[in-house]
Amino acid sequence: MTTTTATAPPVPGPVAAPLERLRAGREFGSNVYSTVDVLWVLYDRILRITPQTVDDPDRDRFLLSKGHAVAGYYAVLAAKGFVPADWLDDQGGPDSRLGDHPDRLLVPGVEIGSGSLGHGLGLGVGTALGLRAQGRTDPRVYVLLGDAELDEGSNHEAIAYAGATGLANLTAIVLDNRSASHGWPGGVASRFTVNGWTAATVDGRDHEALHAALTGHEKHRPHVVVAVVENGE
Amino acid sequence: MRETFVASATELLADPRTTIVLADISAAAFAPAARRYPDRVLNVGIREQLMVGLAGGLALTGQRPIVHSYAPFLVERAYEQIKLDLDHQGVGAVLVSVGASYDRAAAGRTHLSPADVSLIDTLNSWTVHVPGHPDEVPGLLRDVVCGQDSAYLRLSTQQNSRPYGGDGALRVLRDAGPGAALLVAVGPVLDAALAAVADLPVTVAYTHRPRPFDTAGLRELAGTEVILVEPYLAGTSARVVSEALADRPHRLLSLGVGRSDLRRYGTAEDHTRWHGLDADGLRRSVDGFLGTASARG
Repeated sequence: MTTTTATAPPVPGPVAAPLERLRAGREFGSNVYSTVDVLWVLYDRILRITPQTVDDPDRDRFLLSKGHAVAGYYAVLAAKGFVPADWLDDQGGPDSRLGDHPDRLLVPGVEIGSGSLGHGLGLGVGTALGLRAQGRTDPRVYVLLGDAELDEGSNHEAIAYAGATGLANLTAIVLDNRSASHGWPGGVASRFTVNGWTAATVDGRDHEALHAALTGHEKHRPHVVVAVVENGE
Repeated sequence: MRETFVASATELLADPRTTIVLADISAAAFAPAARRYPDRVLNVGIREQLMVGLAGGLALTGQRPIVHSYAPFLVERAYEQIKLDLDHQGVGAVLVSVGASYDRAAAGRTHLSPADVSLIDTLNSWTVHVPGHPDEVPGLLRDVVCGQDSAYLRLSTQQNSRPYGGDGALRVLRDAGPGAALLVAVGPVLDAALAAVADLPVTVAYTHRPRPFDTAGLRELAGTEVILVEPYLAGTSARVVSEALADRPHRLLSLGVGRSDLRRYGTAEDHTRWHGLDADGLRRSVDGFLGTASARG
């Protein structure tokens, strides 16, 4: 189900009210709307995490690396009960816990503070390795990046290493809204597959396709889902 | 010190939280440990941003990372990862560098890191150890790895003739009596400092822990004149000393490595001399500061 407002693209139904409350009459950039579908599919159907298990060592981890895609993130966290709805008011204000980039020490359920691009995948690789060292084979680590964020070389350090070491409990999701200044000739997925990752490229608005891609990982290799969305940043 | 570090860190792998993260540097030395603990001795290749970011992720799961490389690659190249992937996430790691200010002088500027302690000092609540002897390394490493917070161990091929233990509180090695000028030597510059002021009325104190600096000990020992001798950028601890003595009239002389790129190779001993950190150079600076030049005869 989707809900349409006069000024914004459709968003998943349960997210609409918290997103509107957060928006408070402001104009959101198109990147907010391009990311909210994949965030919703993750929290609604993929991630094994609830407000009661945010500190459970065996929880799945979701790391938002493109920290500027925060509005939909906060709205999804509110829709799922991680943060109280009244936190959505005056976002970015002096007493708000919700900044223009998320802070893990201020927001329950937020795994990393992000904002500077190119940090999430390295943190995700380390998280996946920490879980492996502890013998925790069940939880999975998901990191959401943008196609422009891939410009940062730190990502390519992480992509190469995760592929070379067969880091199988890691899934990267690249929200590809064609915003990289110099593009990715040959496609985003090829940067991962050449390093041994499995990859699925899907319509970033199609919930069923996203679900299939996000559950399509193998047992011995890291996995990337490229979610293609038009008209975003 | 590097060999001592490798042996000590390998022993600390007995704790299942300990995880060593490398970027090729010293990977061969850690190879036996890596064979025994393949999930907890991780060599990422020549990827320093990943090395530190990965350590942040490990710490988020409760592991205790020891991150090791050459000082410029560990601290300067990956500074934003240290700031954001450790500090901003609210997690800690133990960073251990080799190379110091100019251990590999012949390698040139790319392998010199006189600014590392200054950079770490821009962060909050880090412990910094600058051991002056290999035998100081095991205890310091064990203590910081057993903790939760972030720490930086700066290892060097420069060393004093003997180790000095202790927890990092200022340790008086030469007491010139009440009112004497106080010289504080950090890590491996101690021997040269002791030799420089051997016949001067100067109290000499040692520490291997510039952060947190022992300000209480400083206030107890300091008279009007304070001389800081540090094996990294001159003035790195001047801020801390000035704050600690803000309520007293005092004069401070801060000695250390200069800021300019000398564009010279040679040996570490050459650089020590060129930066005025050998006994003769230190003596010239101290004489100028205390007005004791004529005392040399």
